[in-house]
Amino acid sequence: MTAKDATSPLVRFWAEFRENRTAVGALGVVCVIVLLAVLAPLIAPQNPYDLSKLVLMDARRPPGFVGSNGFTHWLGTDAQGRDLLSAILYGLGISIQVGLIAGTIAFVMGATLGATAAYFGGRIEALLMRIVDLQLSFPAILLALVLAAILGQGKWQLVAALVAAQYAYFARTTHGAAAAERSKDYVDAALSTPLSAARVVFRHILPNCLPPLIVVATIQIANAISLEATLSFLGLGLPVSEPSLGMLIANGFQYMLSGRYWISIYPGIALIVLIVAINLVGDQVRDQLNPRLKR
Amino acid sequence: MLGFVIQRLLQAIVVMLIISMLVFVGVYAVGNPIDVMISPDATQQIREATIKAYGLDQPLWQQYATFLSRLVRGDFGRSFVFNMPVLDLIFSRLPATLELTLTAVLGATLLGVPLGMYAGYRPDSLFGKMVMALSILGFSVPTFWIGLVLIFTFAVTLGWLPAGGRGTTQTLFGVEWSFLTADGWRFMLLPAINLALFKFALMVRLARAGTRETMLTDTVKFARAAGLSEWVILRRHVLRLIAIPIVTVFGLEFGSTLAFAVVTETIFSWPGIGKLIIDSISTLDRPVMVAYLMLVALLFIMINFLVDIAYAALDPRLRGKRT
Repeated sequence: MTAKDATSPLVRFWAEFRENRTAVGALGVVCVIVLLAVLAPLIAPQNPYDLSKLVLMDARRPPGFVGSNGFTHWLGTDAQGRDLLSAILYGLGISIQVGLIAGTIAFVMGATLGATAAYFGGRIEALLMRIVDLQLSFPAILLALVLAAILGQGKWQLVAALVAAQYAYFARTTHGAAAAERSKDYVDAALSTPLSAARVVFRHILPNCLPPLIVVATIQIANAISLEATLSFLGLGLPVSEPSLGMLIANGFQYMLSGRYWISIYPGIALIVLIVAINLVGDQVRDQLNPRLKR
Repeated sequence: MLGFVIQRLLQAIVVMLIISMLVFVGVYAVGNPIDVMISPDATQQIREATIKAYGLDQPLWQQYATFLSRLVRGDFGRSFVFNMPVLDLIFSRLPATLELTLTAVLGATLLGVPLGMYAGYRPDSLFGKMVMALSILGFSVPTFWIGLVLIFTFAVTLGWLPAGGRGTTQTLFGVEWSFLTADGWRFMLLPAINLALFKFALMVRLARAGTRETMLTDTVKFARAAGLSEWVILRRHVLRLIAIPIVTVFGLEFGSTLAFAVVTETIFSWPGIGKLIIDSISTLDRPVMVAYLMLVALLFIMINFLVDIAYAALDPRLRGKRT
């Protein structure tokens, strides 16, 4: 089926997406990683957080080491004798979860704010967008760092810090798209009927702003995962009870100086493969949705 | 134009006030600072005396007013941990961060722009594609992990360069600098590369996009028709035309590099202000946190203000628009 005979926009979109082999491969990688993370409790060789299963004698062993209970640690073990492969599978789940939650909340908040500003216009719009622009001029990592420091440790504190650092990107994008939609006739038509303003904003304007938002969302979820890892590495992220990839890397840092590279390197590779794959998918989606690059 | 400058200046002051309020509430009012300062088994008298001495018995707005009037006079208090005035502490750490940031941004530009121009000039060549792949990697890979890999490769495995610290410094204008000694450069090389990688990726992209666009313009066509060599066209014409956005980004990115320096300095134990803020967060050294936050906010607001003014000076349409 070529792009021309396709009927639904989604089918057309997929047909075009399929032409870029790198992007399809990247999408496959993302799906596999998410699946592995979701199924971690079933497929991981060991529950890395069941303390009774850990043997301290097996701590910091290199990849391929056969543990005292006849169990092969393909990626080695960490400082507590934890199987690194299992820890990475569990850590992926936590990293993806935090990235998705933060990304979704930032999406909803930013899109609502941007669309509201575009709908009302005038002073409200100027004020809201000025705040957003001001925030965008601050590096996201610094903002998240400061908030994580002020709010303290914890999963929801971290999510709040990530949302605060990221909602502005969604707000700016939505505002740009919604301001263009606002001046179109169908919006005036909808407003001339007795529909409430909120309904017009959410059911008429916002759906038409979705394409650029989807692009921003893909990239921002990758950024959220990376930012979470950085904060956790600096000791400002998740509590020890929820070890994300960033924390695994941080825990291995001190052992790296004595040549035990695997504790930090392998979680890092997992993290990078995930982020690069999401970014490649995002690049392709952006090129496809960009009308200026249409063939 | 003067009206515009005054309007923006007032806006900047209002923003600074709001930030100072947020910082005050965030750092001082959340949690009880008194619990950090005195031991739990102190007598009731000592407790009350300390509360009075720090003005913590006054209403919140009055505490804020005292805090603000001190800030305006540049009095940020004393660090709990280092027991010295916070401002002195920050200024003693600032040169280390400045020289690292400047080395990284300069290095990224001097290397990234020529490579990016090549990738834009020959987008289908193998080398051009390799440069682009490197820049995608530079964007995606978290800075802290690159730092770990650099340490593991060059410090632990090969043993060529030190893993952390600042090395021998030389005094110039009463300040210690690493870039004046060969030993200092050995210590600075890895953190500078680490910090530069993201900027390098950015410069490559900018230069590549700019070159690709410029190569299609009439300027280049006429230069070719005039018989100029490709090398002269690239250097005299293309480089000049793509220089404006690169210089703008260079200026803007200098500020955000300061933020990334937090991560790099922590990994390489580089004694700059980035490491200072992370240390002060973990030791709850509140005066240092407040001073760092206020100074960084001031820096960014100043950058924004100057950018606004520069744009308004260049584009008259922006002056009339009230935002």
